[in-house]
Amino acid sequence: MSTTGERVLIKGNEAICRGAVDAGCQCFFGYPITPQNDIPEYMSKVLPSLGRAFVQAESEVAAANMLLGAAACGVRAMTSSSSPGISLKQEAISYMAGTELPAVIVNISRGGPGLGDIGPSQGDYFQAVKGGGHGDYRQLVLAPGTVQEAYDLIRKAFDLAFAYRNPVMVLGDAIIGQMMEPVTLGSATTPTNVDQDLGWNLQGKGQRHPRLLKSLHLTDGALAGHNIRLRDKYESMERDVLFDNFLVDDAELIVVAFGSIGRIAKSTIRALRASGKKVGLHRPISLFPFPSQELDRLAASGKRFLTIEHNLGQMVEDVRLAIRKHADSDFYGHLPGNLPTPEDFEQPILAALGVRT
Amino acid sequence: MERPIAFREDRCKGCALCMTVCPKEIITMSSRFNTSGYKVVEVRDEVMETCTSCAACALICPDYAISVWRKPARDKKGEVADVHYG
Amino acid sequence: MKNGKEAFTLPGVLADIPTHYCPGCQHGVAQRLVAECLDELALSEKAICIGSIGCSVFIYNYLLVDSVEAPHGRAPAVATGVKRARPEAAVFTYQGDGDLASIGMAETMHCANRGERVTIIFVNNTVYGMTGGQMAPTTMVGQRTTTCPGGRCADNEGQPIKMTEIIASLGGSAYAARVAVDSVKHVRAAKKAVRKAFEAPLNNLGLGFVEILATCPTNWKMTPVQANERIAAELIPYFPLGTFKDVTELETIEGPEVAE
Repeated sequence: MSTTGERVLIKGNEAICRGAVDAGCQCFFGYPITPQNDIPEYMSKVLPSLGRAFVQAESEVAAANMLLGAAACGVRAMTSSSSPGISLKQEAISYMAGTELPAVIVNISRGGPGLGDIGPSQGDYFQAVKGGGHGDYRQLVLAPGTVQEAYDLIRKAFDLAFAYRNPVMVLGDAIIGQMMEPVTLGSATTPTNVDQDLGWNLQGKGQRHPRLLKSLHLTDGALAGHNIRLRDKYESMERDVLFDNFLVDDAELIVVAFGSIGRIAKSTIRALRASGKKVGLHRPISLFPFPSQELDRLAASGKRFLTIEHNLGQMVEDVRLAIRKHADSDFYGHLPGNLPTPEDFEQPILAALGVRT
Repeated sequence: MERPIAFREDRCKGCALCMTVCPKEIITMSSRFNTSGYKVVEVRDEVMETCTSCAACALICPDYAISVWRKPARDKKGEVADVHYG
Repeated sequence: MKNGKEAFTLPGVLADIPTHYCPGCQHGVAQRLVAECLDELALSEKAICIGSIGCSVFIYNYLLVDSVEAPHGRAPAVATGVKRARPEAAVFTYQGDGDLASIGMAETMHCANRGERVTIIFVNNTVYGMTGGQMAPTTMVGQRTTTCPGGRCADNEGQPIKMTEIIASLGGSAYAARVAVDSVKHVRAAKKAVRKAFEAPLNNLGLGFVEILATCPTNWKMTPVQANERIAAELIPYFPLGTFKDVTELETIEGPEVAE
């Protein structure tokens, strides 16, 4: 566990682990897949030494269902994987959303579809924010753009999971996971006391009435009522929207990009600002809830938009929905297979600005 | 009359498994239907005394529809002995 | 006459409500045996039940303990998560044959192989009941179902899977037995096996596993009495009853019926 204020140079994957341990993560259930292997490896070393639980599951399916079981007990628990493995976890994520269980899922995503590659990609945006599993549900999605943010957001993910009794996904990629940066650590939280009665969690009934956690609603109107209650909960998540605006006030063009791509775009924007180009950055940090209101506000003030993603165009659909009353968004998609550099985004941004080069 | 066995007719689904395990073969299908539409089993009054309270029927019943009580102890004259149950 | 002591009493942890099961279905007996053991071992206050998918899905309506519903086949994984989060709880699953031996085969075997300190109650009635009688991994060769209308053919669909033997062969299981509830004698033996399957993890020995052969008169298209007779006539010869592993015994005895 960390000392407050300690500064360390670590990889994003380790930052996620240290953030989770410091947040009081009591159980971790993992399965090997590149590029997230550092996470289960770290957790297998550290959690048992703290008297907490690490299980290498037989599959991602099983790991996610172990998470469901631990979450039902009301302890802080998580799993991590990468894109193909996240697909396998969707069954349990849907059940956890339906059962309203607090759980944290980390996706250090890679290229796809199918086996894809093991490099960075943002091809899992739709899967993360539009559901992924079956049924009418939402999960909170947090996308770190730096290693420091990876540490901070995994801690926030646990808080949000319990605040809303809902699965929360931290969506990184191979860049965030494998990059080393200095991180300032926060104070360690004592793990949630397993005996703590949260009013819904399973402990063995003791002297009280038995509790039942389920997602099956067969009686007339029961599921509709459940769905409406879930919708209200999802709408209330709006108050936890997170984003980073950079030099947007005087900008003619706002680049919208998330995660590692937002971070790289920021460097491009700095360079273009140096040559007098009025460009800013809006980086959504919470992908669900999506910062639609803020984008609408920016659009209403007459800005133009360029969405840059590491895929063929996914978040751009949400950007267009958000700004539809006032503007449209151009799109530039950097494809998996190579790491984008700040220079890669210069021409697309200049083109969107209408600058002839 | 002593009735060591009683059926919760609302629970009986008429599966007749109890009839197959009764060592005295005194459980029979009645002609009555319960509110769920199942024909229910019975032990007729004329054979009720034969019941040994072995509870085999209750053990095999999947629907918890059968209650069985032990017969009170008797002395040699057949009088019910003065027994106390804790 | 209500002046005698009851010769048969229902366990208090069993909800006294009508069941949703079809006439003659032996889920009712199986869940009653679980309830009796929970009461006898004084586990109801610290028990956590993992429900499964199939006719067994409503187990949480009948057992008055804390419960969570698992996705199809995943009960042993959910049980693992519960037990690791709450080691002091008495954790058990209640699963049917499609759930445990088909879609949940990986979760079942690895849970047993890790020796999770949990109990698995496996009700094998050789068919998918809730969905309307499709072929299960334990459907007998020749048995007609809605997805093997000509009868299960070993060449096409393989032989029925003997789960208790598989579980017994894994290092993490402490107790594995197959029982039936088709006769009074077998019900009494089944009760002892269920109790041992709860005791093994409580005593930190490993996983406890009981396979209960049970009827599905509706989907076997038989009367309850015919279905019950089929257990001894057809199922037990292929699925022999007995304790296949008991680490509390000096030697593992294969084959014989559970001692009375």
